[in-house]
Amino acid sequence: MADALTHPLTFNLPPDGSMLALDAYRAGGGYQGLEAARATAPAAITEQVKASNLRGRGGAGFPTGLKWSVLPMGPSARRPKYIVVNADEMEPGTFKDRLLMEQNPHLLLEGIAICARAVEAEMAYIFLRGEYTLAATRLRQAITEAEAAGWTEGFRLHLHTSAGRYMCGEETGMLNALEGKRANPRTKPPYPGISGLWGKPTVVNNVETLCNVPGILAHGVDWYRGLGRTADGGTKLYGVSGRVQHPGLWELPMGTTVGEILDLAGGMRPGLKLRGLLPGGASTEFLTPEHLNVAMDFSAVQKAGSRMGTGTMIVLDDQACPVGMTANLTHFFARESCGWCTPCWSGLGWADRILQAMERGEGNPGNIEKLEFLTGFWGPGATFCALAPGAAEPLLSAVKYFRADFERHIVEHRCPYEGWDA
Amino acid sequence: MLTEAEQHEIEAEAAHYPERRAVAIDALKIVQQHRGYISDATLTEVAVFLGLTRAELDGVATFYNLLHRKPVGRNVIWICDGVSCWLTGYGRLRRQLEQRLGIQEGETTADGRFTLLPIVCLGACDHAPVCMVNDDLHHDLDPAADPDRMNKLLEPYR
Repeated sequence: MADALTHPLTFNLPPDGSMLALDAYRAGGGYQGLEAARATAPAAITEQVKASNLRGRGGAGFPTGLKWSVLPMGPSARRPKYIVVNADEMEPGTFKDRLLMEQNPHLLLEGIAICARAVEAEMAYIFLRGEYTLAATRLRQAITEAEAAGWTEGFRLHLHTSAGRYMCGEETGMLNALEGKRANPRTKPPYPGISGLWGKPTVVNNVETLCNVPGILAHGVDWYRGLGRTADGGTKLYGVSGRVQHPGLWELPMGTTVGEILDLAGGMRPGLKLRGLLPGGASTEFLTPEHLNVAMDFSAVQKAGSRMGTGTMIVLDDQACPVGMTANLTHFFARESCGWCTPCWSGLGWADRILQAMERGEGNPGNIEKLEFLTGFWGPGATFCALAPGAAEPLLSAVKYFRADFERHIVEHRCPYEGWDA
Repeated sequence: MLTEAEQHEIEAEAAHYPERRAVAIDALKIVQQHRGYISDATLTEVAVFLGLTRAELDGVATFYNLLHRKPVGRNVIWICDGVSCWLTGYGRLRRQLEQRLGIQEGETTADGRFTLLPIVCLGACDHAPVCMVNDDLHHDLDPAADPDRMNKLLEPYR
């Protein structure tokens, strides 16, 4: 039976998809984590989050407590300090934060309030992607309820709705966007914890990350670590999309295997076989059917040659074209590149044109080598942010696992899967 | 000149930021809501109001996907071309829409009723393929499952 101790993020979500209002949230133990936090010294809250092993759910897996502990504390700290909630869910194939914000907005607000106390922040901005209009409506309602009930005491909270661009999800791009500028990345260091929004100390955390915090305060570090099957603590919202029987989203112990999650999605649609999957959004390397036993946590997926990313997997079957899928992904990255770094705006566009030509049957010998050559300029450190390195991950792994398909496109001057989506 | 209503809405948003220029994106969204798109003249008015140069503000206006620097129809259909939709019927949906409306992506129907635009993954991948019409998300739109779905769905958007 799902309850607050087994499924802390989703146990009492209304089955009709509506929002868990304040009284229902309270009835399920809501805001008890904040009450516990209010009886705890700020530094001790951060210590608990550190000890819980909570790692960032936005995709990078950075330890949350460590991120908080970087902020200068005490009377000499530069102020105001800010919290920026990354609610700009734009990683293709990712639909987990939408569920939390549409159905459990108070859980997010409680996480923000605990963070505000821990780092002594005066102001929190929720940076929400503009397309999430239902989430915006429900967050506004929840904010009004929480403010009236005194749950946001000690800090101010504002919902900012964005005007859309993948780059806004990159934390320093997000800071620029909040300042009213283009969402170009900033150089790091200094990290936002030292110099973030308007140059002030800033915590940037993903929605799901902050939703994990109330449970840690309410039920303790040992409980939280015990929830996961592996060293990464807690539960995780895992998702599956693509041509499976029942695409969906499930809250499961961190470290549940790829195969178990695919089983919950009912396996492939009739007549289709599993060819490969991106474990956590567009900017992760392909895994293949030989990886079904890989545990979905940050370190195990990395060991298998990919990244857990957002934990929402995209499944490729044996009848859709892997080159076409790679072209779709690369086109996305090329279009969303902010234009700040040459290897990204120039190289991604080039790779995009090669892949589109291949798909049209206009590929040439040497194209595969050219793609590999181009990705060589996209590595970490060659650009300001992770967009280009992220674009290299699906592309290089597709070439690795589906090389014969790329070659056939060139040799046969056509897409061998032509008509697959007719 | 920005209207009083526009100015009032922009000031209400500006109160949430310590610096005035931070409201630039909100301001552009607000005037777009009133005027349909951001013309050159509108851009100038907003820039003057916020104390920014035209160039600075145009850099912002041209950066964000949801801001229109060209006129659009009375309704905007945003087709999700994210990878999960691509796998599950985006091609069929796009072809059906282009055929029904008689336009390509990026164009507006002659009667000014619809503009068809691509959009990145809308984060509803468990119900792919999806599209957004204005502010409304519509899901499970594969024409192979229900060829008439899209026709019925567009009916109320006049």
